[in-house]
Amino acid sequence: MAISAIGVIFSNMHEENVPELVRRRTMASIPYGGRYRIIDFALSNMVNSGITKVGLMTSNNYRSLIDHIGSGKDWDLARKEGGIILLPPFSEKHDRLYTTRLEALNSLQGFLNHSNENYVVLMDCDGVAKFDVADIVAYHESKNADITLVTHEREIARKSDFMTVATDEEGRVNEIKLSPHVAKGEKVNTFINVMVVNRQFLLNLVEDSVTHGFTSFEGDVLVKQLNSLKIYAYEFKNYYAGIDSMSAYYKHNMELLNKEVRDELFGDRDIYTKVRDSAPSKYGEDAIVKNSLISDGCEIEGVVENSILFRGVKVEKGSVIRNSIVMQDNIIGQNTTLDCVITDKNVVVSDKKTLGGCSSLPYYIPKGTRL
Amino acid sequence: MQRKKECVAMLLAGGQGSRLYALTTNIAKPAVAFGAKYRIIDFPLSNCINSGIDTVGVLTQYQPLVLNEYIGNGQPWDLDRTFGGVHILSPYQAKTSSSWYAGTANAIYQNLHFMKMYNPEYVLILSGDHIYKMDYAAMLEEHKATNADCTIAAIDVPLSEASRFGILNTNPDGSIYQFEEKPKIPKSTLASMGIYIFKAEKLFKYLEADDANPNSSKDFGKDVLPAMLNAGEKMQSYRFQGYWKDVGTIASLWEANMDLLGTDPEFDVGDKSWKIHSRNPLAPPEHIGANGVVKNSMIALGCEIDGVVENSILGSNVVVEKGAVVKDAVVLANSLIKEGATVSYSIIDEEVTVGKNAKIGVEKNPNAEIVVLGRGLTVADGIVVSEGQKHEKDILA
Repeated sequence: MAISAIGVIFSNMHEENVPELVRRRTMASIPYGGRYRIIDFALSNMVNSGITKVGLMTSNNYRSLIDHIGSGKDWDLARKEGGIILLPPFSEKHDRLYTTRLEALNSLQGFLNHSNENYVVLMDCDGVAKFDVADIVAYHESKNADITLVTHEREIARKSDFMTVATDEEGRVNEIKLSPHVAKGEKVNTFINVMVVNRQFLLNLVEDSVTHGFTSFEGDVLVKQLNSLKIYAYEFKNYYAGIDSMSAYYKHNMELLNKEVRDELFGDRDIYTKVRDSAPSKYGEDAIVKNSLISDGCEIEGVVENSILFRGVKVEKGSVIRNSIVMQDNIIGQNTTLDCVITDKNVVVSDKKTLGGCSSLPYYIPKGTRL
Repeated sequence: MQRKKECVAMLLAGGQGSRLYALTTNIAKPAVAFGAKYRIIDFPLSNCINSGIDTVGVLTQYQPLVLNEYIGNGQPWDLDRTFGGVHILSPYQAKTSSSWYAGTANAIYQNLHFMKMYNPEYVLILSGDHIYKMDYAAMLEEHKATNADCTIAAIDVPLSEASRFGILNTNPDGSIYQFEEKPKIPKSTLASMGIYIFKAEKLFKYLEADDANPNSSKDFGKDVLPAMLNAGEKMQSYRFQGYWKDVGTIASLWEANMDLLGTDPEFDVGDKSWKIHSRNPLAPPEHIGANGVVKNSMIALGCEIDGVVENSILGSNVVVEKGAVVKDAVVLANSLIKEGATVSYSIIDEEVTVGKNAKIGVEKNPNAEIVVLGRGLTVADGIVVSEGQKHEKDILA
């Protein structure tokens, strides 16, 4: 089943919320859930809904992303018609790269012009969820909308980079606030950076914005033109993991230890990711593993509890890993203890070390560190 | 310029593997699952690509569906090529005749046109029955260095087992003076591994002669190799040292699986210098539950384990519920071991359901026999399946 839509994924947006994790990579290529990158969920959502052409917007540090995506074959997106199309920075003025979503969209004109699908589904890589994209497009179509914003009711931990949305009974958006004050613990209906737009409308909108000198999609388009445009909201009510801070990243990864969350994200469809041909994981005679997710290629001789191990992690004898996220190809030496730690890729922790953080502020060890 | 390949590999994958009982009811032996995420054919295919051989004909005949699906366009092994790559070669209908592959030599003979497309200098003949890592390029080098017409890979086997194999009797320089197929009283312990490199023109010549010979059984070991030897062609042995296991029986398949376990395993599939490529399951990481106990085992992606798993190999998406015990067992993909069930010393095929408190097999001991439960069957709650039983159908009472 194909739908008349193309996808656009913004791989760099919202990086300021998790600066540690994106120091050497894009938001899209942040490792997630043991063997995935955040973009795998966006791409899989699109592919599983019948989208076969996806533009991937990048602005900086996208080497890890290119490495991950390759030809797109692991997502079934190595195609003669469509497939995945990398859209690196492009600027006619040669003076600076785009910084806002609107400028980014402006550079997308060629891609949009060379497509003939009716709709464009735009996603950022700051969330992990199972979206039925076809259903969102059908909603958009039924409302005859110009723009459909996907929203989700949730708590907001930070002060900026979010947008609350209110609608009338029909779902038409009648109020948008940019980063308003939200009391701690209060749930608000926020835009989760997934939207559907008519392709031709988007082309016109971008052209119009350029002639008016607009720079902000949220401020100049959504807020200022709220009444003249047909903007609708599609409220997403299922599980949504917003990655808007280090503690949110930690918390949502850990939620995958619940079967309900795993079933919701992985249950009845596939999440595609880059294939690495690792061997299956091996558990030694002394291994004790409880309530943990273990990826392929791991070798475990120690204790692992309430943790997530990415591919190719080695846990040697006598070591204890608790409440931690251990990324790809880490080596944890003997008699070492990690508690509430996030170790990025290729970290080596030698014997007899004790490292710890707390669940609200996990201790982060950067990529390639040797301790 | 005519394009060519120096060496083309032909992989004999049509075998039924009848000694694997229910495991090969619906699939050919090379497609039998091994080592949690692999299939037997991953090993020769990975050996080919790791040895720089990128043109492989896979000869299928018996129950080819799963095997064909699995190989697909060869992409998982980097064998999707514009010139070369992996090709499934099944028996076909010709203008004047059509026939099934009548023997190993006949299967290759029927695909002469395939090999000739690549104008090769050498042809490598492989079988899809063994678990091993081997650099065919090194064997080809020796084949060239000795200027042999045929080189046969060989491995030392215990004298007690030698009569199960084709035995090579060799001179000190490695040249073969006699070839004995399964001799009652073996003169040497050097067993043929069923891996041959031929000079292409010699192979073509002898295959044509073999086809014309009405008394031939169309088999490499019985007919083609002895014919070449009798005609005085230069036949060399190539000694292979390392792990090589025929997984043609239930016991050897079980053993080969167990050889993957331990910190210093007999056979290491995680060796990064000789990667074993495979078609990968799409599954999230495995989850070991709060009650899960996993010791000395290999577990594939997507498993959900809340019971006890010891000395076992679990394929992808296997579920072991709370209170269930899996010990000394090989459980293939998508099987479900329900609460309180015990599975010991068994091979459980894909998509099997073992009911609550069922008891499969006995604790492993030197006299015990392995239980085999065939693909997709259901064992009802509380059923006891005694040691050595081999089932293909549901066991409901």
